[in-house]
Amino acid sequence: MKAKDIAELLDEPACAHNTKSKSGCAKPKPGATAGGCAFDGAQIALLPIADVAHIVHGSIACAGSSWDNRGTRSSGETLYRIGMTTDLTEQDVIMGRGEKRLFHSIKQAIDDYSPAAVFVYNTCVPALVGDDIGAVCKAAEKRWSVPVVPVDAAGFYGTKNLGNRIAGDSMVRYVVGKREPDPLPPGSEREGIAVHDVNLIGEYNIAGELWHVLPLLDELGIRVLCTLSGDARFHEVQTMHRAEVNMMVCSKAMINVARKLREAYGTPWFEGSFYGVSDMSHALREFARLIGDDDLTARTEALIAREEKRIDEALEPWRKRLRGKRALLYTGGVKSWSVISALQDLGMHVVATGTKKSTEDDKARIRELMGEEARMIEDGNPRALINIVRDEKVDVLIAGGRNMYTALKARIPFLDINQERDFGYEGYAGMIELARQLALTLESPIWEAVRRPSPWAARKAAAAADETASADRPGQQDVADSVAEAGAGA
Amino acid sequence: MSTYTTVIEKRRKALSVNPLKSSSTIGAALAFLGFYRSIPMLHGSQGCTAFGKVFFVRHFREPIPLQTTAMDQVSSVMGSGDNIVEGLKTICEKSAPAMIGLPTTGLAETQGSDINMAVGGFRKQYPQFDHIPVIPVSTPDYTGCTETGFAQAVEALIDVLVPPATEAGTRPGTRKKQVTVLVGSFLTPGDLEALKDMLEQFGLRPVLIPDLSDSLDGHLAETDFSPLTIGGTAVSEVPELGNSLATLVVGASMHKAADLLAERTGVPDYRFDHLMGLDAVDALVSTLSDISGEPVPAKLERARAQLQDAMLDTHFMIGLSRVAIAADADLLKAFSDLVAGMGATTVAAVAPANAPVLRSVAADKVKLGDLEELEKLAVANEAELLISNSHAVDTARCLNIPLLRAGFPQYDLVGGYQRVWIGYQGTRQALFDMANMLLELERGEIAPYRSIYTQKTAATTSSPHKPEFRHVAETAPEHRGQQH
Repeated sequence: MKAKDIAELLDEPACAHNTKSKSGCAKPKPGATAGGCAFDGAQIALLPIADVAHIVHGSIACAGSSWDNRGTRSSGETLYRIGMTTDLTEQDVIMGRGEKRLFHSIKQAIDDYSPAAVFVYNTCVPALVGDDIGAVCKAAEKRWSVPVVPVDAAGFYGTKNLGNRIAGDSMVRYVVGKREPDPLPPGSEREGIAVHDVNLIGEYNIAGELWHVLPLLDELGIRVLCTLSGDARFHEVQTMHRAEVNMMVCSKAMINVARKLREAYGTPWFEGSFYGVSDMSHALREFARLIGDDDLTARTEALIAREEKRIDEALEPWRKRLRGKRALLYTGGVKSWSVISALQDLGMHVVATGTKKSTEDDKARIRELMGEEARMIEDGNPRALINIVRDEKVDVLIAGGRNMYTALKARIPFLDINQERDFGYEGYAGMIELARQLALTLESPIWEAVRRPSPWAARKAAAAADETASADRPGQQDVADSVAEAGAGA
Repeated sequence: MSTYTTVIEKRRKALSVNPLKSSSTIGAALAFLGFYRSIPMLHGSQGCTAFGKVFFVRHFREPIPLQTTAMDQVSSVMGSGDNIVEGLKTICEKSAPAMIGLPTTGLAETQGSDINMAVGGFRKQYPQFDHIPVIPVSTPDYTGCTETGFAQAVEALIDVLVPPATEAGTRPGTRKKQVTVLVGSFLTPGDLEALKDMLEQFGLRPVLIPDLSDSLDGHLAETDFSPLTIGGTAVSEVPELGNSLATLVVGASMHKAADLLAERTGVPDYRFDHLMGLDAVDALVSTLSDISGEPVPAKLERARAQLQDAMLDTHFMIGLSRVAIAADADLLKAFSDLVAGMGATTVAAVAPANAPVLRSVAADKVKLGDLEELEKLAVANEAELLISNSHAVDTARCLNIPLLRAGFPQYDLVGGYQRVWIGYQGTRQALFDMANMLLELERGEIAPYRSIYTQKTAATTSSPHKPEFRHVAETAPEHRGQQH
């Protein structure tokens, strides 16, 4: 990919970072950088498309450490779970045989697995060598009459976020608009219910959580043409241009897709979330509003009233257990606000939220939800997070898996909300699971046990304290104190 | 132990499907994690580090200190030396580590980055950090695998930190009880703990290079957070390796590192391909007895007798069984020897990268390849038990045979990193587990035959007699076991 193209992707007109400070696109600092690369972002964005052969063109590190991610679920096809890589060797690199290997690899994937399409992810080594994956894909597509889509997202191009956008760009450029949606399946039509088509962009169906939401959309007569990309199929992506409304789910990462679809097809889009009762209801209302069907609006309100009443009753016992608990939320982007409302629905208090990847819009939303004094964390290094936990008497840290063991080592209750988690929290039904998981960690008897010093150490400490009762000697006890203190907080 | 001349079958297809291989880069990083207050910084783009970190976090269920030189588009094209200097300086300032490992990635090597020159530049520019050793090692991920990268990192570490005996004034045996142990990447923290325990039983003081059992064994430390490793061999021990009484080398992958250490220090070394199975453990125990001059402790004698008993008990299930193994070379070698020693056959053997030791794997053929090839071989050769990492879960499911998880990564098994495979006790448990898995298969089951003349009513065919057959199969060997 040329520098010009990368710059163009970074210059996203719909992104609020472009008008305000460019916090999200800062240059990474050697020796002090966390987070994935552009390839990582591109792969995460597209891998859930289940009937595609996803080929990682590069040396082994890229696919070898990342394939077989079991977070995202498919309702049928499992081809996406099969790890495929050209696994370039030194000879390939030196002799410039990468393109040839890629070409044969595409053939092998088509012959052995009959995929609906092949996606080819470019990575650092072939990008630097100068493999022309666009040309290889084009030649392969022509030769074997299977769509072959290049996703030119070498790691050194930039961050994970950029990778998401490259992925979205590839879909809009090569896939969307290539097919008309199927007619409605016979028997699916119901008297008096007009069916409307929508897309969910940035929905990954983690742990199958979309399946909490889909039945409600079905009930309302909203057909999801395509989710980009949880439980999606290639031929669904091809029909995305026919949606009446696009929803950007919980992520600005593929905002370029929504913008381009509006520019090209005039499809309106809104940003929303399926996490939490109020956001879930809000998302349903937004669909109805943008579709502009009065009957749909009325049915939506009735459904919301019914579901909210039901979930409210179901959550009541959980609220009793969770009310007033203090949470520290550290996630990127839109999740920084979308999960807040879910936690507030449970009666919890969010003391601070991470805003490293959030836009100005996101921050405005956070203020709306948490009040003007909302504490926002720009720099989420582990030390800083632990300090906030201590200072703010936080009961539970909610973050991505990367921070999980940081929290556990500091004996802090933790809830994982990244892509590898095993539980789905979306929709009204997902709230019960969220409450259950929060209670599971918050109320666990292990916290007292892991913070407690051994009986002999306690005896020794007590004896030492007696001896030096008069001398005020801080220092040695600090660790035990802070542990005990954190214990008292929970 | 008998020798084999195994055929090595090279990679033939273009696409690698369900790769078995993990990169040499992260293998090198892993080796550096076995030293106290250390941190590896991968020279590449930030994703190389992020992927490596997630890989190890999920395997060990521990925070993993790992940094990156964060090569971007400009440095990837124009040169990345400055990234190394800046990265080293940043880590030194922020964390004051005892050591920084600096493995390169395919990106850095393709660019032609000169890490040694960059480290030289760092030294010139920031002499205040001269006391912090930096270990550069060239580990592009387009060669080798986790095992080779790990071994290369240890070799590089010895190269930087162990001076020739003549310069350093070290002499073998000056530290009378100290024994250096060079351990390959195929030993788990649990294995290393067991290995140290065996040395200590002979009154020896083991210094493990590297010691993951002290850093990634999953222990809750007093401090709530550290940007560096919270355990491992002290870096200051490394220059003193020349004073050790002996060096033990576990894993053929470590031979080059061992050669260098011997050349520098003159300390005699004793090499073991692995420590699984009676023969291998006997060889270690005899050596320990010789080195220490101590008799074999009663506790070990007992453990040996227990292993022999377990071999009697389990040979009924394991004997003649057909095993498929996919693992890095040293681990593949170890398991193939173990099952061969029990009368089983390795009918499918796959390694991700070539290594000299593969020539002696107890199988007719070793395929250099991926899990797709393993599956094909296992089907063709009717394997009954699969030994590989967590990626092979789906393979085992397709084959409908049990999976014994070993190697990297194991992220769907809590505590896999802590499992002990070696020594008399570890081997015994491995045999029990294999035997139990094979028992589950209910082999030898004879399909009921209904005589055409039968007087039995056909009625319910929910086979109530099936458990009876199983009962007989299960109890028979156990009676034997109790007769000793």
